[in-house]
Amino acid sequence: MFQVRIHGRGGQGVVTGAEMLSVAAFIEGRHAQAFPSFGSERMGAPVVAFCRIADQEIRLREPILEPDCLIVQDPTLFKVIDVFAGLRADGYLLVNTNKTFAELHIGPVAERLPKGHAVIVPATEFAMKHVGRPVPNAALLGAFAGLTQFVRLESVEHAIEQAFPGKIGAVNIAAAREAHEFVLMQQCKSAA
Amino acid sequence: MLKQIEGSHAMAEAIALCRPEVICAYPITPQTHIVEGLGDLVKEGELVDCEFINVESEFAALSVAIGASAAGARAYTATASQGLLFMAEAVYNASGLGLPIVMTLGNRAIGAPINIWNDHSDAMSMRDAGWLQLFAETNQEAVDLHIQAFKLAEELSMPVMVCVDGFILTHAMERIDIPTQQQVDGYLPPYDPVQVLDPAEPASIGAMVGPEAFTEVRFLAHYKETLALKLIPEFSAEFAKTFGRETGGLLRSYRADDADMLVVAMGSVCGTIKDTIDEMREEGIRIGLVVIVAFRPFPVEALRNALAGTKDVVVVEKSIAVGIGGQLANDVGAALRNLPRPPRLHSSVAGLGGRAITRASLHRLFRQASVQPWEGTNFLDLNERVVGREIHRTRKNRRSGPTAENILRELAKSVPPAAE
Amino acid sequence: MIDPAAAIAPEEGVQKLKYYQKGTFTVGNRLVAEEQRTVQASQARSNALTCGHRACQGCGEALGARYAIDAAMRATNNNLIAVNATGCLEVFTTPYPETSWQLPWLHSLFGNAAAVATGVAAAMRVKKRPEVRVIAQGGDGGTTDIGFQCLSGMFERNDDVLYICYDNEGYMNTGVQRSSATPPTARTATTPVLGVEPGNVFGTGKSVPKIAVAHNIPYVATATVADLHDLERKVTKAMSIHGARYIQISVPCPLGWGSASHDTIRLARLAVECGLYPIFQAEHGKVTKVRKIRRPVPVQDYLKLQRRFAHLFKGGIEDPRVARLQAICDAHIAEYGLVDATGKEG
Repeated sequence: MFQVRIHGRGGQGVVTGAEMLSVAAFIEGRHAQAFPSFGSERMGAPVVAFCRIADQEIRLREPILEPDCLIVQDPTLFKVIDVFAGLRADGYLLVNTNKTFAELHIGPVAERLPKGHAVIVPATEFAMKHVGRPVPNAALLGAFAGLTQFVRLESVEHAIEQAFPGKIGAVNIAAAREAHEFVLMQQCKSAA
Repeated sequence: MLKQIEGSHAMAEAIALCRPEVICAYPITPQTHIVEGLGDLVKEGELVDCEFINVESEFAALSVAIGASAAGARAYTATASQGLLFMAEAVYNASGLGLPIVMTLGNRAIGAPINIWNDHSDAMSMRDAGWLQLFAETNQEAVDLHIQAFKLAEELSMPVMVCVDGFILTHAMERIDIPTQQQVDGYLPPYDPVQVLDPAEPASIGAMVGPEAFTEVRFLAHYKETLALKLIPEFSAEFAKTFGRETGGLLRSYRADDADMLVVAMGSVCGTIKDTIDEMREEGIRIGLVVIVAFRPFPVEALRNALAGTKDVVVVEKSIAVGIGGQLANDVGAALRNLPRPPRLHSSVAGLGGRAITRASLHRLFRQASVQPWEGTNFLDLNERVVGREIHRTRKNRRSGPTAENILRELAKSVPPAAE
Repeated sequence: MIDPAAAIAPEEGVQKLKYYQKGTFTVGNRLVAEEQRTVQASQARSNALTCGHRACQGCGEALGARYAIDAAMRATNNNLIAVNATGCLEVFTTPYPETSWQLPWLHSLFGNAAAVATGVAAAMRVKKRPEVRVIAQGGDGGTTDIGFQCLSGMFERNDDVLYICYDNEGYMNTGVQRSSATPPTARTATTPVLGVEPGNVFGTGKSVPKIAVAHNIPYVATATVADLHDLERKVTKAMSIHGARYIQISVPCPLGWGSASHDTIRLARLAVECGLYPIFQAEHGKVTKVRKIRRPVPVQDYLKLQRRFAHLFKGGIEDPRVARLQAICDAHIAEYGLVDATGKEG
């Protein structure tokens, strides 16, 4: 079972992101469970969403305490909550930012993870560029596909299409593709 | 058809397939998505021959359903927590009138203190009202139980509550098999009531019944619930034939055959317990689980048979009858009472007000039950420091009013004033 | 086919019939053409509330319900379902195992008659039986107080239900307790004749007919058991309309009011004639017709026949609050235009 935890703020599409990821896994014939941390949410409040992916039925219902992959949609959260709690030693880290890990003061965390497992991606920039709205979730899923190779980019694109029909879907897919490319390039660089 | 879909929307689709004729909607977290989903299906024209009524309270919701059902229409509504209590009078009225209403309960804690998260206190508050109460372990089972519920309700002439863990199931998106209209039509015939409001054959329904007949009426209601003990497994078996899945029934066992310890629980926590059991089994510990699906009628005989051979029974439940202990533990204890060598019963209460129940905590609990059993009720993951401090304070200084606020006052005292 | 409403209330150009005869309260059925007689005059009436019920001698509610439901049965060709709130009417008509109802009838709870009726109406729609109509009925307690939420909800949704409130101004079935329909100064078990302001106090209470009008529903009317033709006309008219409708009927309660059982109809008439109980019709938020008072009577004539007001006249001295009651009557007369300036009958 692969467990993904997404941190963000209300209004950034965190929950939709987790749901789209689960749809991508479903499209590949796998089981996936997506759910939010439930609360009286308001715009801007910290929000966590979860997605479990497995090849057999998922029975577990506890929150994801030891994620295999952490997606951080909003780097201002580092000061507010312990985003990294439980992140597995061989886990992945994906942060939505155009700064470096050092600039975000989370260099040590990134360095503890295996090489190539921690990447940054300016997902909001890609979203603004292609979609015109600062909602980075689709782009982050494209980045996730590139980072972990756990779902195919194609499946992510289908999931985005299902969530956002028509033109909105198309531009979100474009953002996802660019983020995907960006991450693959970063990984090439770090491997070199 | 397999869909990746939110639990509430899957339930809405399943309910729509049952061809409800009158749906009453009043919003309350966490069931709102279900009635919204149904409202969409009616307005889009996908669910035809169905009246969708926006009512002004939960009391009105069930009252409208009562009128519709008494007049021969298949009626449905949904609620949770505070809403269930607000319609409490109508809950007893519906079962007393023998009306086959199906209602989803998005299990949620009851306040005060107000709490929107999952536990089973709402279902427990109405356990004596004469409804069938079925608890879904998964969203797939939630879908399937609604279909079985309409059939049970109409066969028995008795309302049915389908209990679904709020948020944990209602708001989780997962892979669910939604049946076809043809399958449901093959399983669930149209509602054909014997006594109904009809100008062609006038009848007076709902008269006052005095001491000379009331006992007999109640006896027959009790008897009917026990009939359900036979019908629930029967309809579940029929469901398996039509839909190819084993869901519903009175209870089911998991890795229980040779177990020294059996856990008893209801609802979604059973999934987490199963994972925990698998981990413990790998260490050689012989532990299993009994999942109770039908809480009312309580499957005394089936449960006794399931638990007879084991040494320890640990009940994990999401509610507590303040002043005595867990309701499920109490009912389980009653079922075990007449066994020649009954297993030891350990009662634990967990997940109140939506607190997460983790594998780690369950591991600790199950081990503790065998090596360091406790008396009375064990509150899983209780913050003993907070509780201890409050108890200590109340010994010195009694203060009236809500505990939740009193705890805060005490905490506020211990925080130094802000620097600026 | 004769439209019953038109037959009983002939339009202009046809001589209006007057039923008042000095010294007697004869309704005069045998003096008019058959199609202008009341529903009750007909042997073919449905007797939807048939004899054998356990109401008190002189019960205004039994009378009102019989009149109203039979009129509704005729207007709907006997395609009627009734939903009853808990109260006197429900209790005295269904002493298990007997029932005096000869139409489909459901009693659910005290406060939900309007909502249950909504459900029945929805079922008839979905079953494609539009000819079957629904009435919800209850006393003032079950309507103005505990049933108010469901009533307002039904009004707001414009559900196709006629709600009939039998107003005897108190919770009579439970032993005469005060409701929000109890008039000021009246003695009840919870507004005892004690203390500084004996009986029910001024400055409380509500007019549900006015509130019904404020919901802009298709039809609102008040009526009494003293005017059978008027009551039947109003019920018949209501049944010709679809949507939320409300009729409130003044039904004296000999037990609760402390009046003679033979004074029920007289009291209902006096309540109208002193102005305390204005009789009007309203449609979609506007008052459209009022029942003029032919000759107003002083409120004392009404009060003195009831022991619940006896303390106002103790020892032959009239309590100053009687003048306040008269002021209420005068205010009603002014507000609804119940008396013509010339004093002629309207």
